Amino acid sequence: MEGFKTLLYKECLRFWKVGFQTVLSPVLTAVLYLLIFGHVLEDHVQPYPGVSYTAFLVPGLVMMTVLQNAFANSSSSLIQSKITGNIVFVLLPPISYREFYIAYVIAAVLRGAMCGLGVLLVSLPFVSFSIAEPVWILAFTLLGGAFLASLGVIAGIWADKFDQLAAFQNFLIMPLTMLSGVFYSIHSLPAFWQGVSHFNPFFFMIDGFRYGFFGVSDVSPWTSIGVVTVCFVVLAVITLQMLARGYKLRA
Amino acid sequence: MSPAIRVVGVTKRFRSLQALAGVDLEVAQGEFFGLLGPNGAGKTTLISSLAGLARPDSGTLEVMGHDVVRDYRAARMALGVVPQELVFDPFFTVREMLRLQSGYFGLRNNDDWIDEILHHLDLTSKANANMRMLSGGMKRRALVAQALVHRPPVIVLDEPTAGVDVELRQGLWQFIRKLNRDGHTIVLTTHYLEEAETLCGRIAMLKAGRIVALDTTANLLQRFACRALTLKLAAPVVLPPMLASRASKQDGVELAFGFDRFDEVADILVGIKSAGGAIVDMALGTPDMEQVFVGIMNQN
Repeated sequence: MEGFKTLLYKECLRFWKVGFQTVLSPVLTAVLYLLIFGHVLEDHVQPYPGVSYTAFLVPGLVMMTVLQNAFANSSSSLIQSKITGNIVFVLLPPISYREFYIAYVIAAVLRGAMCGLGVLLVSLPFVSFSIAEPVWILAFTLLGGAFLASLGVIAGIWADKFDQLAAFQNFLIMPLTMLSGVFYSIHSLPAFWQGVSHFNPFFFMIDGFRYGFFGVSDVSPWTSIGVVTVCFVVLAVITLQMLARGYKLRA
Repeated sequence: MSPAIRVVGVTKRFRSLQALAGVDLEVAQGEFFGLLGPNGAGKTTLISSLAGLARPDSGTLEVMGHDVVRDYRAARMALGVVPQELVFDPFFTVREMLRLQSGYFGLRNNDDWIDEILHHLDLTSKANANMRMLSGGMKRRALVAQALVHRPPVIVLDEPTAGVDVELRQGLWQFIRKLNRDGHTIVLTTHYLEEAETLCGRIAMLKAGRIVALDTTANLLQRFACRALTLKLAAPVVLPPMLASRASKQDGVELAFGFDRFDEVADILVGIKSAGGAIVDMALGTPDMEQVFVGIMNQN
C-alpha cells in the first residue's frame, strides 16, 4: 500500500511542480474561450429557458478542461517516463499493475478536477448561477475524469513517440470534446447530427455534468451516467489487461 | 539456504533474435559474481528477466528463493538493480528521488539510510540538486543509490562504471565491496574485464544467449589463459623449427612465447641459447581475464 501511495504522491508532485503548464495554462485557455464565445453569442443564443449562453457555457468548459487534463496527465507522464527511460523506477519496485493503474488514474482525475475548479472559480465574476444537483457534478467529474485518465494510460503506453501521442490527442480527444456540446445544445443541431452526437461518450459527460448545474439537460442524467459508467468500465478492463500483460512496458 | 539467484532453463526471443537460449545459473548468497559477454550476448535480458522488466518465454527465475513471477513482491524486495542506461527523472532532486524510491519499496522515514548512501557515494553535497544538474558520473552514482534504498540482499549492477572516472570508480568499488562484506550478494556485468577479474569470485560468460563458461575466476584464469614469456635479444637469431613454431611473436630481436607450465620456460631459454641468442631482457606475463574472455569467445 505504501508503494501505491508513493506512486500517487509522485504523480501529483510531478504535475504540481510544473503548475503553470499543467494547471494555470488550461485554466487561462478555458477562460479565453468563455470571454470570446460568451461575448459574441450571449445576446444571440439561449440554449435553455432562463439560462444565459455564458452560464450555459461555463459547465461545458469546466468539464472539457477536466477531461482534457485528465487525459494529458496520465498520457504525458507515461510517455515521458518511457522515452527518458525512468519508467524502470516504477517497474522495478513491488507495485502491482492494479496499484499502478489506480495511482495514475487518481492523479489524473485530481489534476483534471483542479483545472476544472480553477475554470469555475475564474468564471464566477462573469456569470451567476446556482448549483442544482452537486452529486451529479461530482459523479460526472470522477467518472468522466477516470474515463479520460484510462484513455491517457492506454495512449501513453501505446505511443512510442510524442508525435503519436499528439495525433491521439489532436485527432481523437480534441474533436470528440469540441463536438460534444460544450459550446451548444445538441437540440440546436439538425436531426442527423443529433443522432451522431449520441455515439460520442463525451456528449453524455458534458450533458450530465451540466445537468448538475441547471437541473436541465438534453438527455436524462441517468442515461448519461449509465453510458459513462459502461464506457469507463470497458476502458478500465482493457487498460488493466494491457498492464497485466506488460504490453510495451515489460518486454 | 536458498541461492541468491536461481535461473532454470530460461529462454527469451525478440522476434528473430534468440536473446536467451536456455540459461541455467545459480549464484550463492554472499557471492561477488561476474556476468560477462560481448554486446548482445543476453546479459541485460537476463537481468531484466530477473527484475521483472522482461518476461521470459520459458523457464523460471528466483531471487532469494522467491519466484519473480508468482512471488514478485518478495522477489523485487530482495533485488536492487542499477540499470545500464543513464536514466533519471528530471522533475526531482536527488533526495526527493531517493525518498520516492524508498516509498515505492514500502519504506517511510528512510532518511538515515539515504544519508549514509549519499555519504558513501560522495553525493551528500548534491542531495538537494535536481537530477538534471548532475554530471554523468554523479547520475551513475545516483542510480546506484536508488538501487540500494531498500537494502536489498541481492544487488545487480549492469555496467555501473561506464563513464565514471577512475577516482570515483575506485570509491564506488570500495562501497560495493563493503556491501559484499556485509553479506550482500553482488552480480556485476561490465566490459572492464580487469574489474571483473579483481572483484568477482566467480564468473559466467554469455554468448548468443548461452552460458559458455562458468567457474571461479581463479579456475578460469588457470584453465583458459596461457602465460607469456617476452624476450629481447642482443641480435636476431634463426630459431630452430621446434621453437619457431611456438613463438607468438618474432620481430627481429623481440620474441614472445606462450606456455602453460613453468618448466617449459627452461626449454625455451635453452633453445635460444643453443641457437646462439643472447638475452638482454626478459619478462613473464601473467594471464588476465581479457585473454580468457577472448579465448572463450573464439572457442565458441
